[in-house]
Amino acid sequence: MLKILKYSFYDLMRSRWSYVYFAFYLLLGVVLLFLNNDLSKAVITLMNVIIVLVPLIGTIFGVMYYYNSKEFTELLLAQPLKRSSIFLGQYLGVALSLSMSLILGLGIPFVLYGLFESSAIWDFSLLLVTGTFLTLIFTALAFNIALSNENKIKGFGYAILLWLFLAVIYDGLFLMTLIMFEDYPLDKVSLIGTMLNPIDLSRTLILLKLDISALLGYTGAVFKQFFGTSFGLIVSFVMLTVWVILPVLRIVFKSKKKDF
Amino acid sequence: MVTIENLHKKFGKNQVLSGVDLTITDGGIFAVLGPNGSGKTTLIKSVLGMVIPNKGNITVLGENIKKNSDYRHKIDYLPQIANFPSNLRVKELIKMIKDLRKPTNEDERLIQLFKLEPFLDKKLGNLSGGTKQKVNLVLTFMFDSPLIILDEPTTGLDPISLIRLKDLIKAEKAKGKTILITSHIMSFVEEISDEIVFILEGKIYFKGSIQKLKTKTNQPDFEHAIASILSDNHA
Repeated sequence: MLKILKYSFYDLMRSRWSYVYFAFYLLLGVVLLFLNNDLSKAVITLMNVIIVLVPLIGTIFGVMYYYNSKEFTELLLAQPLKRSSIFLGQYLGVALSLSMSLILGLGIPFVLYGLFESSAIWDFSLLLVTGTFLTLIFTALAFNIALSNENKIKGFGYAILLWLFLAVIYDGLFLMTLIMFEDYPLDKVSLIGTMLNPIDLSRTLILLKLDISALLGYTGAVFKQFFGTSFGLIVSFVMLTVWVILPVLRIVFKSKKKDF
Repeated sequence: MVTIENLHKKFGKNQVLSGVDLTITDGGIFAVLGPNGSGKTTLIKSVLGMVIPNKGNITVLGENIKKNSDYRHKIDYLPQIANFPSNLRVKELIKMIKDLRKPTNEDERLIQLFKLEPFLDKKLGNLSGGTKQKVNLVLTFMFDSPLIILDEPTTGLDPISLIRLKDLIKAEKAKGKTILITSHIMSFVEEISDEIVFILEGKIYFKGSIQKLKTKTNQPDFEHAIASILSDNHA
C-alpha cells in the first residue's frame, strides 16, 4: 500500500492543481493576517472558507483522480497487489496531498505572523485538524461515489450533489425541522443533527472554541455545555473519525467486488 | 497450469460466460478465439482476478485464485488497450512497475529490441498507439513468469515489430512457458499457436489443434474453418 501511496502522492505533487490549491490558501492566510490584524476575526473568516471549500475540493479532487487514474488502476490490478492496498493507497495519496496543501498553505503565513507566541495557537490548530478531517472524509466519500458509478458525468453529478446537500441543504432542512417543532425541547435533537453532518460538526466545534457561543442563544448554551467540555470534544472527534472510517471501509468492501 | 471449472459471469443482464470448463496444460501457445463479445477478454480477466466470477473455480499453478493476489507473481499480462497514466515518462513507468513487482534487467534488452531508446524520456500521453503497445510489450515480457497472457498483442504494431514479437513469443515458448493469446488476426494465430480454444456464446465450442479444426469443419484452410463455425452458428 505504501508504494501505491508514494506513487499517487508524487503524481499529485507534480500536478498543477496541488500548487493552485496551496497558493490559494497561502494567499488567503497572508491577506487575512497581515491586512486585518485581528487574529480571532481572521480565524473565523478562515473557518467559513475552510468549512465550505475543503469539502468541495476534497470531493472534486477525489472523483477526478479516480476517473483519471482508471488506466493506471487497471495496470496495477494485473500486478501481484491486493485490491484494498491499491485503492487505499490511491485514496491516501489524494487525501494526504490535499491536507498538505491546506496545512502548509495556511501554516506558513501563520508561522510568519508569529503564531507560536500568540494565544490563538489552539484555535488555529483546531482549524487545521478539522480541515484535515474534512479532507479525509470528503475524499473518501468521493472515492465511494466514483467506485459505484462507471459513468464519469453521473459520478461528478452525485459528488457535487452530496457536497451541496451536506454544506447547504442539510442546514436548511435542519432549520426547518427546528422551526416546525419549536414547541418541543430540541436541544438533544439539534445536538444529534449536528453530529450527523461532518460539516456542521466541524463548524460548531470551532465556533464554540472561539467563545462566541453567546451569540447562539439558548441552544448555544446547551452546545457550549456539551462541546465545551472535554467529553464533548472527545465525542466530536470520535464522530469525525467514524465519518472517516465508514466510507474507507466501504472503499475496501466495494473494491473487492468490482469488475474491471 | 490453469484449470477453469464451470465458470459463470454475468454483467447486469448480459450473460457473458455460461459454464466454461477449460484446462490449459504446461508449456505451449494457446490461442483463445471467438467472435466479438464472446467473452474472451472476460475469461482472461477472470484468470487475472480483475473480473470476479459469479460461479466457478479457477486455479493457476495449483493455487485457487479466489481472494488471492500472490499468484499474479507468476503471470505476465498484456492488456488489450495500452492506456497508461499520461503524465508519466516511459522510463519512470518501467521503473515503477519493477519497483512494484521485482527487480529485473531484462527491460534493457527489450527496449533495444523494440528500438524504444529515443522515447524513454517522453511522456506516455505523447506516444503513438504503436509505440505505446511496444512499451506495453516491454512491461509484459521483462518479468520471467511461467504464464504469459497476451490480449490482442498485435494491435498497432508495424510489420518489423510484429516479426520481433513473434520471435519473442517463440523464444518464450522454447523456455517451456505457457502462453495464452487472443487475437483477431488469423494468420498470426495460425503461424504461432499450438492449440485453439474457440469460445462461442459463453461456452467452449472447440479445443484442439488447427489441423483438428480443419478436419472437423471440413475446410481446407484455417480462416475458412473459423468462418464456417461462425456462419453455421449465426445463420
